[in-house]
Amino acid sequence: MLSRVADSLYWMSRYLERAEHTARLLGVNLTQMLDQTPQSTEQRWKRLLMSLRTNSLKIDPIDAYAITNELTFDASNSASIAACIASARVNARQVREQISTEMWEQLNRLYLQVKRTSMDEIWYSEPYEFFQSVKDRMHQFQGVTDATLSHGEGWQFVQLGRFIERACLTADVLDVHFIAYLEAQASSTTLIDYTDWVALLKSCTSFESYCKVYTANIQPSSIAEFMLLNAESPRSVRFAADMIQVALQAIARDTGTRHAGRAERLAGRLRSSLSYGQVDEIMADSMHAYLETIQSQCAQIHTAIRETYVAYPVDAALAS
Amino acid sequence: MAINDPTQISASLPALSLTENYQLDVAYDEMFDPQGVPRPQYQALYQRLLELPADHLRQRQQAADVAFLNQGLTFTVYGSEEGTERIFPYDLLPRIITSSEWATIQRGLEQRIAALNLFLKDIYHDGKILADGVVPRALIYSCRHFRREMRGLHVPRDIYISVVGTDLVRLPDGSFAVLEDNLRVPSGVSYMLANRQVMKRVFPQLFSSYGVRPVDHYGQALLATLRALAPAHRSDPTIVLLTPGVYNSAYFEHAFLARQMGIELVEGRDLAVHDNIVYMRTTGGLRRVDVIYRRIDDDFLDPLIFRRDSILGVAGLFNAYRAGRVALANAIGTGVADDKAVYAYVPAIIRYYMGEEPILPNIETYLLDDESQRAFVMENLDQLVVKAVGESGGYGMLIGPHSTAAQREEFKQHILADPRNYIAQPTLALSRAPCFINGQVEARHIDLRPYILYGDRIQIVPGGLTRVALQRGSLVVNSSQGGGSKDTWVLYE
Repeated sequence: MLSRVADSLYWMSRYLERAEHTARLLGVNLTQMLDQTPQSTEQRWKRLLMSLRTNSLKIDPIDAYAITNELTFDASNSASIAACIASARVNARQVREQISTEMWEQLNRLYLQVKRTSMDEIWYSEPYEFFQSVKDRMHQFQGVTDATLSHGEGWQFVQLGRFIERACLTADVLDVHFIAYLEAQASSTTLIDYTDWVALLKSCTSFESYCKVYTANIQPSSIAEFMLLNAESPRSVRFAADMIQVALQAIARDTGTRHAGRAERLAGRLRSSLSYGQVDEIMADSMHAYLETIQSQCAQIHTAIRETYVAYPVDAALAS
Repeated sequence: MAINDPTQISASLPALSLTENYQLDVAYDEMFDPQGVPRPQYQALYQRLLELPADHLRQRQQAADVAFLNQGLTFTVYGSEEGTERIFPYDLLPRIITSSEWATIQRGLEQRIAALNLFLKDIYHDGKILADGVVPRALIYSCRHFRREMRGLHVPRDIYISVVGTDLVRLPDGSFAVLEDNLRVPSGVSYMLANRQVMKRVFPQLFSSYGVRPVDHYGQALLATLRALAPAHRSDPTIVLLTPGVYNSAYFEHAFLARQMGIELVEGRDLAVHDNIVYMRTTGGLRRVDVIYRRIDDDFLDPLIFRRDSILGVAGLFNAYRAGRVALANAIGTGVADDKAVYAYVPAIIRYYMGEEPILPNIETYLLDDESQRAFVMENLDQLVVKAVGESGGYGMLIGPHSTAAQREEFKQHILADPRNYIAQPTLALSRAPCFINGQVEARHIDLRPYILYGDRIQIVPGGLTRVALQRGSLVVNSSQGGGSKDTWVLYE
């Protein structure tokens, strides 16, 4: 497979994962906002912005309409849903002949839907509906991808993009919640409460699956355990790490590249740290440091993939 | 009362009026004979149009538009910022060509392409036709698309033009003539294929009742053509399609064709040349490339030889080509044979190489570096069409009868400044075909671009792209100038 094609598939997938994540966060947050005090609402929007690493956005005072618009439709904000979908589409268009027609049509419809929707249209009717439909279309796209694209090398790069992005985003959203939680404990305030934890689970589509394991007993340590270490939940970091490793092994097998070792080793290390991790140790030690390590390991895997499969020097490739 | 009879139901809805706004005059009408009677091959379509309520047609038109948009079947319009991707307007009603009409077109094109290919080989090698004075030497050497670098260079199988799109027009007497040869990187074939797919979806019964020859095998035929160019010792050659990239106006077509053929769609940055071998960069390392179907103009192919500022091409590609390590389709320098001034000599070229009379005639053409022809043209600019010789896509053109005095004055200055760069032709009454426009059936001017492939032999897929000038009275069919297209049916019988 062409290196450029692998790269585009990878980024298409990352952008879509990100757009879906933002849509879920916004949808959940707008719903939860309905029964919140102004103070807790403000805290929540701040956390949301921080978890998306969009702190550079200057929205002061905190204004739900402005934030939602910024994160949804503002094309100049490269992290907005519209911009992510447009970037995913540019990447898909680059590899139009490599993906299935069904995938392209699905993505193109999503793009056109978001493009022709205006902020006022959703804000004054049912904002939640809109984010729900974006999420639905994303899920359809993933389903169509899995059902129509050969599960060969290209699909593996789609998997890589999806799960590397998911691991990073989940780590980020966990991080801001646990920072608030620890602060709240130290100052004995209620910066973060039951509804916030439920919102966190819901915004990661994990509320129902969490309850099946731990019942509706909402405990921060159980949430951390579930979202970091659970082997079966497709939204957990552990699951993402498994998928990254599986995809990298398949790609190494398909390409027969001799330099595949580094990315695989990095992925194996991430995975084993998650499969042998203990939540009480992580919590006792430093949650923040642990999540930062996950972030930096994901970044290293990303770099290793690039250097092995995409941006390798021609001379070195001819010499080998 | 047979209430289930569909004709009864449609009778209660407003049916189409076929005659009120339908213009019949000197131009040949594809559907009606001069008495206004439908020609035999249009009889069934005509009948269907009389029965169908306009609303049904409108719904089908919308369904077709949505199908094109959702498939991303768009082209890019240069120079406008928002909405740069547009669908190429699609007209619902098919253009029908009879089997005997097609037989003439096919023979004529085979003859013309064979002759033009021999011409290219000759001018880049022995130059016999120049020595014999059939085509003036100065005309060839002054051609913008003549490539000195190609002299004496051997191309695989001596085939220069593997993919050709020739523009035909139909004259008032019903005969076909060649308006233009496109021998560089002709586009539009994806619309021929997509139009057919959409047509089958919106008019399944009418289509199957007609006995239309298929065009769907174009991808396979193109692949076989390209394979024929591969170096002989490469038993399983790697063939790629080289595109300028996603921002090119024909990118959709490049992706579409690569997909149809199951080959990689590469950009210049995917390729690298080392020791005169072209490689593409894959996730499994570098892989050798044998044949390149390039959709990039000569100028941009190799910054070491041609334009230095090109970032679309591949440094070293020309040397690999010269060494015979990689084949290009089409060859470099083919533009010299579709220069609009050289066009005037094509009938002579056919006679010279084939020893036959041209089957498809040319349009009368005035060469403006000839003093007496120029004088005539200057006097009659308001009657003529003037074209820049090296341009395509409807750019650099003056249509006399539709021009203002100021435009004509401007063109006079252009012509005087560089007479070799212009030719003039009579304004043609292109044939008209029925089109579905704003809820009515109206007549619009059309042309026809069949696609010719030349690998181990010459092949023409029965059909082509019928382009439509959607503006009433307009003679310009180019997509970049507001044209549309329709499906083209070549019948078995």
